[in-house]
Amino acid sequence: MSITEQELNDFRGQVSAWMKHNQPADPGFLLPQTFMEVGDERQLEFLREWQHKVWSAGYLGMAWPKEYGGGGRERVFQAIADQEMRRHAVPICFNVIGLGWAGPLIIDIGTEQEKARYLKGILSAEDIWCQGFSEPDHGSDLGNAQTRAVRDGEEYVLNGQKIWTTMGNFAKYMILLARTNPDAARKYDGLSYFLSPMDVPGIETRPIRKITGEYGFTETFFTDARIPADCLMGEEGQGWKIAMQTLQYERGAEAGAAGGLAMIRVTIDDMIKELKDVSRDGEPVLDDPVMRDQLVRMIMEEKALALGDRRAHIGPLTSDYPGSLLLSHKLRATEMTRRMRQFAINLQGAAGGLYVGDDEARQGGFWQRAYFNSFSATIGGGTSQVQANIVAEHILGLPK
Amino acid sequence: MSVIGNTSLHFTEEQAMLLDVAREFCRNKSPIAAVRAQLETDSGFDPALWDEMVALGWAGISLPESCGGSGMGVATVVPVVEAMGRGMLGTPLVSTTLAAQLLLRAGGASRFEGVLSDIAGGMTATVALLENADWGGAHLGCSIGANGTLQGTKKYVADAAAAHIFVVVVAHEGAPALAIVRAEQLAASAIRPNTLIDQTKRSASVNFTGVTVAKNDIVTGSAVTTALRDLLLLGALLSAAEATGSAASCLDTVVDYLKTRKQFGKLIGSYQALKHPTVEILTAVDSGRSFIYHAASLVGDDPLDKDAEIACRMAKAHATETLLYAGDRAVQFHGGMGFTYECDAQLYIRRAQWSQQQYGDAQHHRKRLASLLLD
Repeated sequence: MSITEQELNDFRGQVSAWMKHNQPADPGFLLPQTFMEVGDERQLEFLREWQHKVWSAGYLGMAWPKEYGGGGRERVFQAIADQEMRRHAVPICFNVIGLGWAGPLIIDIGTEQEKARYLKGILSAEDIWCQGFSEPDHGSDLGNAQTRAVRDGEEYVLNGQKIWTTMGNFAKYMILLARTNPDAARKYDGLSYFLSPMDVPGIETRPIRKITGEYGFTETFFTDARIPADCLMGEEGQGWKIAMQTLQYERGAEAGAAGGLAMIRVTIDDMIKELKDVSRDGEPVLDDPVMRDQLVRMIMEEKALALGDRRAHIGPLTSDYPGSLLLSHKLRATEMTRRMRQFAINLQGAAGGLYVGDDEARQGGFWQRAYFNSFSATIGGGTSQVQANIVAEHILGLPK
Repeated sequence: MSVIGNTSLHFTEEQAMLLDVAREFCRNKSPIAAVRAQLETDSGFDPALWDEMVALGWAGISLPESCGGSGMGVATVVPVVEAMGRGMLGTPLVSTTLAAQLLLRAGGASRFEGVLSDIAGGMTATVALLENADWGGAHLGCSIGANGTLQGTKKYVADAAAAHIFVVVVAHEGAPALAIVRAEQLAASAIRPNTLIDQTKRSASVNFTGVTVAKNDIVTGSAVTTALRDLLLLGALLSAAEATGSAASCLDTVVDYLKTRKQFGKLIGSYQALKHPTVEILTAVDSGRSFIYHAASLVGDDPLDKDAEIACRMAKAHATETLLYAGDRAVQFHGGMGFTYECDAQLYIRRAQWSQQQYGDAQHHRKRLASLLLD
């Protein structure tokens, strides 16, 4: 059954009206820009309530199966809902690891039982999810994960440590990569994938104070923690494969996310708008020829990203190095964001040295904090340097 | 309104077909050995190859059917030029296409049906515009008298030695005008070839003093000013397409070498110090292709609008820097071999230096983009 333009337009109007009417008032404290910045209980409860509201209204998980709390509709509806959320600048749907990574994974390869148990709680924000991939000694080298899972009757016994667990202290479940067979010939074959509960004796989290001075991540410690054996996803030894599939969702290379705003995007327009009243050499900074040249470079970079997203879908224009645009997207986008935010501080003159907490900091130190936080994207999910290796090896075919 | 603006990108079946055919053509007819065979010839290209290109209809892609062209617009020349850039194939296609566009836009198809039909049939043409090295400067020192006699010298005229038709930009009663000059009207010593850094390209100074132009061959009026502005933008776009193609094959050359050359017992492509800059070339080429086909999506037969101007300028600003970087790194990554004339890296670094100066370098365009985007 095809959807008419009229239906889509009607739907857009309906979402728009809802967002406008339900847009939450300023809570009086700084809200997170991304799901990696949920630092305290107030922010958590605010965002939980908001996501629940969006889902209850039917604007989240619209393309997920109906029997598991989704809307059972075509993806285009969710895309429109997301556009309207962005346009109305509403808060994020913060349960991103569930909505964007674990959820689609469970839908694509999970058992009936897993779908029934987990999906609805992800959408309703009742169950917060976190991810246990990175380890202290193996930041970007996932294949080397050493956290152990040993089968003991109807349970697995977990020992080890994970790090950079976003919302680890708030999460009910974790997607966990652990080693079930330390003797496997290939290190990858010794890994297994678990949908693990967090509220278990022997699992402890310790919040990490970030470069920004705030919280958002934890270290997670496993000490003889026992989880039911049916938490294993797939079979033992399939952990690497499933983890790689998870990263496909995380990098946006594979569709299936429930939708909702994962982050408040800060665009170059926001930066330019903010700089309208900044002066340099006694003139508006936007009249300074050197700064203008820098700005044009950044506008071009951002435009190239948008154009690349379009060209990626034009077959005859992607045949040289297929997958190149998609696989390099994270590298290009995150590095551009980092440089842009750094430049936004640069443009502020002496006020660039002020930080969150100073009355005179521009936008409350928004850009300073945003610049620091941008490293979470150039480092997390595989550092830019690892991304460059991946592109070099998988796209250009260069040797390891 | 976002400063990012228009992001449309269409690629027609005609463009796809021509990209395919042109790449195949360059691979088969102009391998790098054939390119090298032309480095020191007078014209810089094989006339038989040009005849084949004409027979394929490439000289008339952007010309209306009434003039013997295929009426597909200048956007459809972009994939052909990109493919030629990839093959480092220097022929008068770009100069001829631009000369035809200038005439078409300033005077119209019906007025110049004869000369445009000649061009579609393979008669080479070029624009004589610059009088000094400044793309942003004034170039109206060359004038045309009341009796139709030209006075002055044009510089950096692309493919001048091979051109049958010159479209000369001149001052006529203080305003820009065009004069059509045939090669046979020029004095024997009128053309002084340049020695170019890129040996696959040709240009010359051309002295038009004393040449008398028939009234029918002089174009005046406000359409000339618009057409000249569009010429600079279309020149930037086609130069960008060519440079992006060259950067893509430069990347292939680097990747091939990194996969075969061993040092310290390892393939050098395994070293991240070489890997990561090579990925930078790849992502820059990727963005370059997005820019040129975005610009191609916006240029039609009508005067170019602001979105098209922004797109053409971005395409050139980006392509220039990409090829400069790719060519520069290609020499460096080939080590001692890269320092030799024999190594193909020299072709790319020379093309980069030449190409950046065609229709304005990156700074020239970014300066204008700043006004278009920020004011």
